[in-house]
Amino acid sequence: MSTKSHSMVMLRRNFKHIARNPTTVFNAVLMPVVVMLMFVYMLGDAFDVGVDYVDYATPGLMLLAVCYGLGATATSVNSDMTKGIINRFKVMDVSRGAVLTGHVVASLLTNLVAIGAIIGVAFLLGFSPSASFLDWLGVVGIVVLLGFAAGWLTVALGLAAKSPETAGLAAVPLVMLPFFSSAIVPAEKMGPGVRQFAEYQPFTPIIETMRGLLNGAPSSSDAIAAIAWCVGIALVGYLWARSTFKKRA
Amino acid sequence: MKSSAIAVSGLRKAYGDKIVLDGIDLDVRAGTVFSLLGPNGAGKTTTVNVLTTLVKADGGTVRVAGHDVATSAKAVRAAIGVTGQFAAVDELLTGQENLQLMVDLNRASSGNGRRIVTELLERFDLVESARKPASTYSGGMRRKLDLAMTLVGNPRIIFLDEPTTGLDPRSRRTMWSIIRDLVADGVTVFLTTQYLEEADQLADRIAVLDQGHLVAQGTADDLKRQIPGTHVRLRFTTVSQLDAAARLFPDSTRDDEALTLRVPSDGGTKSLRALLDRLDEYSLSAEEFSVHTPDLDDVFLALTGHTTEMAAK
Repeated sequence: MSTKSHSMVMLRRNFKHIARNPTTVFNAVLMPVVVMLMFVYMLGDAFDVGVDYVDYATPGLMLLAVCYGLGATATSVNSDMTKGIINRFKVMDVSRGAVLTGHVVASLLTNLVAIGAIIGVAFLLGFSPSASFLDWLGVVGIVVLLGFAAGWLTVALGLAAKSPETAGLAAVPLVMLPFFSSAIVPAEKMGPGVRQFAEYQPFTPIIETMRGLLNGAPSSSDAIAAIAWCVGIALVGYLWARSTFKKRA
Repeated sequence: MKSSAIAVSGLRKAYGDKIVLDGIDLDVRAGTVFSLLGPNGAGKTTTVNVLTTLVKADGGTVRVAGHDVATSAKAVRAAIGVTGQFAAVDELLTGQENLQLMVDLNRASSGNGRRIVTELLERFDLVESARKPASTYSGGMRRKLDLAMTLVGNPRIIFLDEPTTGLDPRSRRTMWSIIRDLVADGVTVFLTTQYLEEADQLADRIAVLDQGHLVAQGTADDLKRQIPGTHVRLRFTTVSQLDAAARLFPDSTRDDEALTLRVPSDGGTKSLRALLDRLDEYSLSAEEFSVHTPDLDDVFLALTGHTTEMAAK
């Protein structure tokens, strides 16, 4: 049996997990929406960013939506590992990466649902992007790439953690990172230190790329940096996950 | 049925400085139950992990179902089933879904997959709980589901790593009868256990593992025969009687507190009659009389120089 169909079986398993334990999706989908309502609806008028705040914040909140889903992925990867089911798969004639691929794809699909919800709420709050169809395709491309990269990194974190609880904690920095980027306010408005950090951390070019695309004015230098970061993170995550998976028995 | 299902020679494994397996040689004939017996930390699980391709050996050769575990791990995995020390079931899925997952991973044809699932649920008496999540199962049920999942691919060689550790006596007996049924179907079973009784009950051959070395190998009777431990125990009512009896049997050992005397004997009727006649001759009568044959605990003590409890520390 091929790797692909084994991965499909594993993905079906992940879907069943989500169906049995819907709070994880609730967190992944509902939390970003709550954050969006708080920042845009409650505080939005207080931010002066030069454009309608909802137009400014939506790309950043889309990224936040990706990050909020990761804790659940890390936890579920780790409980597979610590509860021994991964060893069962490993001693079967099953392609090695299938269970991990299942987790990454499930995580990515959860991200897409969360982002769909964010965009929906954004429109209700007056979001008016000037993106063309091609720009939207670009946004989808970046989101998928980001979800894929973050997914592999999270799977690696989940595999490396000692227990499901620490695995959940290991994903917390990924949830915090968007706040120290240009997601909520422009980096140049932040204090020294934080500003430099925000300017150079990976999420800023990713957000700026999405922001550019949604404004119909994408910047190619941001896009190149964003894609390079995503590919880099995906590669590190994938290799780390693979070696940890091999080592831990 | 003379072919080897598992052949191990010179197996070595160390984690850092700690040598876990120090040159293990094993040969398991197809269709038999082989038990690896040893206290916690003896290296049983490491042996199973190497034999089932989970861990790479540092030295030696291991062939399972005719395939080298180092070079044809895939072929080995296709031939074996493994039930580890902790039930590896998916707790969020129901029993039925767990089995279906194994079916899906084992073969593409789902036509008879449903039948396989139903048969296993019936065989392991899990029909009533089939639609409940495995997280609600008791320890014994979880073990049964775990073993059922292992059987989905119809493996000819099954590894059971301490399959009854932590089970209550009744679930343990159920597990034993399931294992006996498997062997009746011609499956080879490699069983690790720290319970001497379990090895005695199930295994055709037993190997005793202690601190990475095999200290003995053979049938349960072979092992028991290795130590001349059969003796007769006599209990008297007074010290003077014990004194008199102790003089009669010079190679006996006495316990003054319990007023007992251990007299070495082969356990045969002739020597027993001789012993009783001897007591009669001197008008001695024992309050209690019993013949003791050594159990595997005694064997373990004799072979390793320490008891199982001591080694477990």
